Amino acid sequence: MAVSSSSHEDVHNPALLHHFATEEQQRDASNLGMWIFLGTEVMFFGGLFCAYLIYRLLYFPDFAAASRTIDAALGGTNTAVLICSSLTVVLAIWGAQTARRGVMIGCLILTMVFGLAFLGIKGVEYKQKFDEHHVPGPSFNFENVPVPGHPDQMANPRHAQIFFSLYFIMTGLHALHMIVGLGIFTWLLWAAWKGRFTPEYHTPLEVGGLYWHFVDIVWIYLFPLLYLIDRH
Amino acid sequence: MATAIAQPVERENYLNKHYGVGSWLLTTDHKRIALLYLASITFFFFIGGFFALLIRLELLTPAGDLVQADTYNKLFTMHGQVMIFFFLIPSIPAVLGNFLVPMMIGAKDLAFPKINLLSWYIYAIAGILMLHCMLTGGVDTGWTFYTPFSTAFSNTKVIEAGLAIFISGFSSILTGLNFIVTIHRMRAPGMTWSRLPLFIWAHYATSIIQILGTPVVAITLVLVVAERALHLGIFDPKLGGDPLLFQHLFWFYSHPAVYIMILPSMGVVTEIIACFSRKRIFGYSFVALSSIAIAVFGFLVWAHHMFVAGISVYAALVFSILSYAVAVPSAVKVFNWTATLYKGSIRYDAPMLYAFGFLGLFTMGGLTGLFLSALGINVHVTDTYFVIAHFHYIMVGGALMGYLGGMHFWWPKITGRLYPEGWARLAALIVFVGFNLTFFPQFILGYLGMPRRYYDYSHMPEFQVLNVLSTAGATVLGVGYLLPMMYFLWSMRYGKPAPDNPWRAAGLEWQTPSPPPTFNFETEPVVTWEAYNYDEIDKGHKEVPQVVG
Amino acid sequence: MSDHSKSSPLVTYFAVWAALLVGTFLTYEAAKLDLGKFNAAVALTIATTKALLVALFFMHLRQASEKLLKLVVISTIFFLFILLALSMADYGTRYFPNSHLWS
Repeated sequence: MAVSSSSHEDVHNPALLHHFATEEQQRDASNLGMWIFLGTEVMFFGGLFCAYLIYRLLYFPDFAAASRTIDAALGGTNTAVLICSSLTVVLAIWGAQTARRGVMIGCLILTMVFGLAFLGIKGVEYKQKFDEHHVPGPSFNFENVPVPGHPDQMANPRHAQIFFSLYFIMTGLHALHMIVGLGIFTWLLWAAWKGRFTPEYHTPLEVGGLYWHFVDIVWIYLFPLLYLIDRH
Repeated sequence: MATAIAQPVERENYLNKHYGVGSWLLTTDHKRIALLYLASITFFFFIGGFFALLIRLELLTPAGDLVQADTYNKLFTMHGQVMIFFFLIPSIPAVLGNFLVPMMIGAKDLAFPKINLLSWYIYAIAGILMLHCMLTGGVDTGWTFYTPFSTAFSNTKVIEAGLAIFISGFSSILTGLNFIVTIHRMRAPGMTWSRLPLFIWAHYATSIIQILGTPVVAITLVLVVAERALHLGIFDPKLGGDPLLFQHLFWFYSHPAVYIMILPSMGVVTEIIACFSRKRIFGYSFVALSSIAIAVFGFLVWAHHMFVAGISVYAALVFSILSYAVAVPSAVKVFNWTATLYKGSIRYDAPMLYAFGFLGLFTMGGLTGLFLSALGINVHVTDTYFVIAHFHYIMVGGALMGYLGGMHFWWPKITGRLYPEGWARLAALIVFVGFNLTFFPQFILGYLGMPRRYYDYSHMPEFQVLNVLSTAGATVLGVGYLLPMMYFLWSMRYGKPAPDNPWRAAGLEWQTPSPPPTFNFETEPVVTWEAYNYDEIDKGHKEVPQVVG
Repeated sequence: MSDHSKSSPLVTYFAVWAALLVGTFLTYEAAKLDLGKFNAAVALTIATTKALLVALFFMHLRQASEKLLKLVVISTIFFLFILLALSMADYGTRYFPNSHLWS
């Protein structure tokens, strides 16, 4: 890891921090740092997935009944929205790499629009659940909902409440991560506007992009697990 | 005494480069951040120790006559929470690790200095919240927060304590993240993985545990807070939940957490034993890989804390076997340390006394862990003082001894002052005697059946003698801890100025002045020698190419 | 060392995007079929494929110069798997009277 001689030797890129020997080392460190952070996020959500896995196996019929009451079309739409936003993220980075400022800024804005759309659709879903008294707590009601495939057997409301608890906590935590992501991208948009990113240096975009993709991946799993337990 | 010695003209170093509160609270220098942590964890050590004192005072007599039952529950709960989350888990990594990791690998700082400072602020905020919780009523669930008591029945500040620990977890995660990236990306030229000090390997393994395990306890605490606030039922059997799910999620982190607490200490002990035997560590690669093995295996054994909680007997079998396996890498280290000592030229300076203490006490603690892994014995001694003695042998006899040994070993480097060796050796002996007097009787008490977390044992008055011995030991132990605090503080003003390498130790950190300059090395070191090259150092070869002008 | 900008051709990006959308549609439709126990397996397989596409191509994991990043990902998944699998050692063998598995 010797100091490499680059054309920037005498005039340091102001973004190069003093404790790094080269820009490449700094970029590699930032990248590795974000990937490790995403690893911690996987474990963070992982605990919830563990709880979900266990209760889904134990209370499958009740989970299936509860899952049917959330709107899979909205969930699917949201999945598509996030997939599009991941595309715009990579396009924004490509714009930075190829010095296409318009593409970079336009795609950053589009990413945020998709993110806001996601949150909006989520809000609609939550409102639906609130109106149907499926929010866990004192007003929760899940009486007389038949188990899929057994119209004479009613789902256990207590087990359904566990489903909805996990549903709200998992999607809520995910939405919180989206909001943080929007905050990050607001800053990235501002920095891009100010011309801070060049083909040689756009590490914050890459690192922010990694975070955004991770949030997308979490949703890629949440959608089938929560919305599509038993739809036949 | 000291005033007769002419003080040398003070070189510019990380301590005197900038003055003022702002220069400390806004620093990004890993060395200053280490000292910020030193102050805060020492503060919490006193608080945790205070709770321990009250516990031991209560147990002097069989009757519950010092405090009420609910108060006693709060005492042992907060003793555990403070000592584990606000003292032990940060201790070596945040103080010695922060200070030494960059220096040992030849770097100017950690990979993310600002995140390092953020880690400390997160810890401080969590600490303030914890303090507030303790001062406004405390929490009585046991440090383990078992449900449904914590979620549905306790009338204490469970949410606040849970949030404080949740926040402190992020401090731990960010420190671990910083160390891993630093060790991967910022090693000086020639500092290959097989030349790294084993202190670095230990911290690398610790960091792996921190980043993979802590998030799980974080989300578990979120679930506890949510359940308590919203009556959800995830852990409540009346609502279809399983209380053991909490325990599985909690112990998935909290078992590896004990390795977070012991691994760094093992790293310290390795450095000390090599230096004070003047020998290379026997079996370097075994010691390095055993650290990684402990980190990995440590994640496979968590339900040995739940053998009598209600898990199935098949699960108990699986976890029992895995728990035997996890002892192996620790044993490997003990063998390697012993082999290093063999035919070494041993010096009995204070750091080495702590290392010897560690060797014996950690081994005892580890062996009693094997007893506990056996299902038959476990059923008999779970939730008794046997368990308490087991983990205190490791945490206090092991981790804390390693921490004290490390503080003594690197004190000259950190402060530029020598501590008084005579007092230090005396304190080490007092700690060793006090420790054994406090905790050995507890093995016996537990085996004989005294339950833990009981403030009143008047139905078993025959236990009083052992309890009195234990409390007497705790008093001695307390004196042993106060002594270093006093002479360390004394040395900062009146101690002899330290040379760059008072121990003639190997390692890049000793190639800098004591105390070091802010950026550690004037020029980037280029490493061409193996770790622990004591044979070269002692033959009088020019000590490793000087890297500082 | 080569410039680290990891520029994938746009074609790859749009192809992956299309594949992700198709995968989403497939997941949705497959859920409507009665495959018994395999519904979950199919859904998770498609989800994992989508996640891999995002990780390898959008997150540039495929072009990562060292194996380190891949090791980070694999280790994380491994330990998550440990949490799930060893918990099942208990939940798969314990009696739950209220569960449909035991009634």
